[in-house]
Amino acid sequence: MMKISEIEALLGARRLFDTAALEKEVEYALASDLMSDVLAFALAASLLITGLTNIQIIRTATMLDMTGIIFVRNKRPLEEAVALARKLDIPVLLCKKSMFETCGLLYQAGLKSCTILDEESD
Amino acid sequence: MSEPLVLELQVKPLDFLAAGETATHFKETLKSLGLPPDICRKAAIVVYEAEMNIVIHGGGGVMCLQVEEDKVTIIAKDKGPGIEDLELAMKEGYSSAPDFIRELGFGAGMGLPNIKKNSDELYIDTAPGKGTKLRAVIYLDKRR
Repeated sequence: MMKISEIEALLGARRLFDTAALEKEVEYALASDLMSDVLAFALAASLLITGLTNIQIIRTATMLDMTGIIFVRNKRPLEEAVALARKLDIPVLLCKKSMFETCGLLYQAGLKSCTILDEESD
Repeated sequence: MSEPLVLELQVKPLDFLAAGETATHFKETLKSLGLPPDICRKAAIVVYEAEMNIVIHGGGGVMCLQVEEDKVTIIAKDKGPGIEDLELAMKEGYSSAPDFIRELGFGAGMGLPNIKKNSDELYIDTAPGKGTKLRAVIYLDKRR
């Protein structure tokens, strides 16, 4: 379990805005640029790691009750996405590292992956 | 809650800024009614996926939320082109979405399967040229 603010420090990332929700903890993460897959596989209270920047990223994460979002590869969310993240009070981190490196560091720090295959699958 | 609560909202075609507003609104409504978080979350996923389908494929339409004592019902209606092969559309990975939708992170062919996964009952009435009506039911207590 890690707080979003601890993840910010670990990655040398920058918060987009201050919110008490940065002190929430996450145990699981999902990294994807495909929101279709995020909608299918993300666990509630998990962390979204993505390089896409449109408003639907915020919609997707909040719909799934995810705890926070990290934008990797130095991507900055579009203005309307920033506004919606503030409105819905979901913490957002901006990270200069690649998705691979971000995931590697978080995995090393003990975060777990959202399971991709359910029991019914092969 | 004796009378069912009914909400109905219009969904505009190809408006990717507004897409998801219906789902956000419906989810807030369910939360404000005090429904369990897992039910709110499942319903939100169903509404959002159905809403994106209306935005992308349906040429706009109507989303309806009904809340009764034992269940939540989500209805999505559009007058779009309809689904030619429903069995195929229910398969994970099959998609007829254009490239610009994929660039937004959607259109991976997970929508309908994901709606099915998150609902207890799913009915889809569709035919080429006739539009699509989707009805998904989520029971508050599955043991009933």
